[in-house]
Amino acid sequence: MLSFKKPPPSGNTGLTGLARLKQGLARARSGLGAAFAGLFRASAVDETLLEEIETLLLGADAGVEVTQTVLHSLRTRLALGELPDGAALNAALRAELLAMLAPSAQPLRIPSHIRPFVILVVGVNGAGKTTTIGKLAKQLQQSGHSVLLAAGDTFRAAAMEQLQNWGARNNVPVIGQPQGADSASVIYDALQAARARGADVLIADTSGRLHTQSNLMEELKKIKRVVSKLDPAAPHEVMLIVDGTQGQNALAQAVQFHQALSLTGVTLTKLDGTAKGGIVFAIAKKLGVPLRYIGIGEGVDDLREFDAAQFVEALFGE
Amino acid sequence: MFDTLTGRLARTLKNLRGQGRLSEDNIKDALREVRVALLEADVALPVVRDFIEHVRARAVGQEVMQSLSPGQMLIKTVQEELTALMGERCEDLALNVAPPAVILMAGLQGAGKTTTAAKLARWLQERKKKSVLLVSADIYRPAAIEQLRVLAAETGARFFPGSTDQDPVQIAQAAIQHARTQFADVVIVDSAGRLHVDDAMMDEIKRLHQAVQPVETLFVVDSMTGQDAVHSAAAFNAALPLTGVILTKADGDARGGAALSVRHLTGKPVKFLGVGEKTTALEAFHPDRIASRILGMGDVMGLIEEAEQNLDKQKMENIAAKLKKGKGFDLTDFRDQLRQIRSMGGVGSLMNKLPGMGQVPEAVKNQMNNQDTRRQEAIINSMTPEERRKPGILNGSRKRRIAAGSGAEVQDVNRLLKQFEQMQRMMKQMSQGGMAKMLRAFKGRLPV
Repeated sequence: MLSFKKPPPSGNTGLTGLARLKQGLARARSGLGAAFAGLFRASAVDETLLEEIETLLLGADAGVEVTQTVLHSLRTRLALGELPDGAALNAALRAELLAMLAPSAQPLRIPSHIRPFVILVVGVNGAGKTTTIGKLAKQLQQSGHSVLLAAGDTFRAAAMEQLQNWGARNNVPVIGQPQGADSASVIYDALQAARARGADVLIADTSGRLHTQSNLMEELKKIKRVVSKLDPAAPHEVMLIVDGTQGQNALAQAVQFHQALSLTGVTLTKLDGTAKGGIVFAIAKKLGVPLRYIGIGEGVDDLREFDAAQFVEALFGE
Repeated sequence: MFDTLTGRLARTLKNLRGQGRLSEDNIKDALREVRVALLEADVALPVVRDFIEHVRARAVGQEVMQSLSPGQMLIKTVQEELTALMGERCEDLALNVAPPAVILMAGLQGAGKTTTAAKLARWLQERKKKSVLLVSADIYRPAAIEQLRVLAAETGARFFPGSTDQDPVQIAQAAIQHARTQFADVVIVDSAGRLHVDDAMMDEIKRLHQAVQPVETLFVVDSMTGQDAVHSAAAFNAALPLTGVILTKADGDARGGAALSVRHLTGKPVKFLGVGEKTTALEAFHPDRIASRILGMGDVMGLIEEAEQNLDKQKMENIAAKLKKGKGFDLTDFRDQLRQIRSMGGVGSLMNKLPGMGQVPEAVKNQMNNQDTRRQEAIINSMTPEERRKPGILNGSRKRRIAAGSGAEVQDVNRLLKQFEQMQRMMKQMSQGGMAKMLRAFKGRLPV
């Protein structure tokens, strides 16, 4: 189990990527995985076993549709006699889940010819946008990029202070205006500043908003429009932050945000608890938007690139 | 996106017509649909299982009431069971102690504790006439204390400042001491968001609880929470003697199945519902209504109540009187109506509460957003009083002037006039044939 030191430790605790991910997802594994481990020792595959798989997938927030798709495919193969025992079922299930995620697991790359590279971060209230931005900025900085932040959350009380406090601690400049300012103009200013200072990456925070509030979704469209006036290709990345503890509504969120903004990336946060983040299957299946990162803790290194194989692997454990 | 349960059942129950009694056999498929609906509403799996068993036990052997179809009978049973599970009535805060009464907020990161603390302060001040002191024991998240300070100023509540180098327990204790000397009735202690598996942080909130001895310990939970609600609610309930639950972000389209999970697991009543970003957006929780919402049946009661609260009765009576006198319904009246719709949270909010509206495509709802009513109002505002009384005199030149004056296009003006005519016709029908006729006319217009 990961023990969290707060405020977040900036140093690496010395674990390799896979080990950290596995630790972060340890509880997911002990929940889903342990139950599976027993199942897969079964010498014959029967309906009860499939029902157990259904239960476990639903319990992981995978949703009814995805669960039924997986089960349908397993049942078909079962009928064809391709799954003689628990081990074969295990392999088939993993392959099935992996196939759903693999095409979408595309890490974020900052091409050297785009300067500044603009990342617009969006999501519902409390998804973890600002925290993720902090971690992402630090990682980009560590990999040698100069980073500038735009405090585009002009609605929530002290949102700018939150980002500024963080920026001051980590030597990342933050461009902001007082609460109530126009978000689009803050980000526009920040992009101009990023150009003037020759920054490599600009990460723009936005206020959390529910996807059903059409006026606030319009505001996001406006931000995108305004930014593209300075650079027609910007924002180069529109990243949706999805709270991993959320259930089926996360899919509705992804669909709505995608419709409004044409997302180019999704990051899944808060996977260090007992939540399993199964909704990511539905998001990948429905939208095919690249899955960028997962958040598995509060430390800087707890933002990991999304790796489909590791995700499925860590979900099951050995 | 999600089929409503009623819609789902309608399909499954077609072959169930005409049977006089619900049996194990004929409700099997229907119960499966109920299960899917509950799962899609994010009710936790173990809770769904218990619930379905319960409904099955109750439904089997039931006589179908004469006025209902077997499907409706089952829905009725499901809703009754849901309501029973959620608690029969709306529960108030228990603040009858020697002041200051302490309220402790607890929950996961990003659940909405700080915003809810401010909303609660406002609610207590306005509805209960209490003087409230807010204090933040969140020394971890950058600017969390600052956030509460700003919100406190906005709501007019007092604020006790702490600093991040102090111990949360000390800050809270000092705040209560301060409240005592300053005669505050209620102290709301906001705590840092924490994961239920983080032992160190769970210990901290236990110490905090021990030190401040709250009369209310409220678990704040995001209504969009998925299956994980089981684990977090159980852990918080085990660590703290919770007295109630607040469900936040319920203004989205999440079904709020987490409410059911949390209630089932903790046995604690949901007391409030957060329904927006403003500090006024806190509602008392009515169990029967959330039951309908989980099932996708709409919150009719809420709509009626809201309408009663927000509708300007005087203005409506004026319109009615005018209609009776035989004078027409003019553009000024239309503008009043637009304003009233907006004061009730806009057309979208109204539609969300109507039964069957779950099926209205998002796109249609979006078309009817507040922006439109505001724009329409601007157009009417740009007319002269005479034009409002007699829209018939609007010619091309006048329309162009109105469009320019309200920043709209002539097409927008025409569209508004068309809507107005429809409304006028409906009003005429109402004054002639009464409500039933109007409803029939209305029904044909809605894409249900």
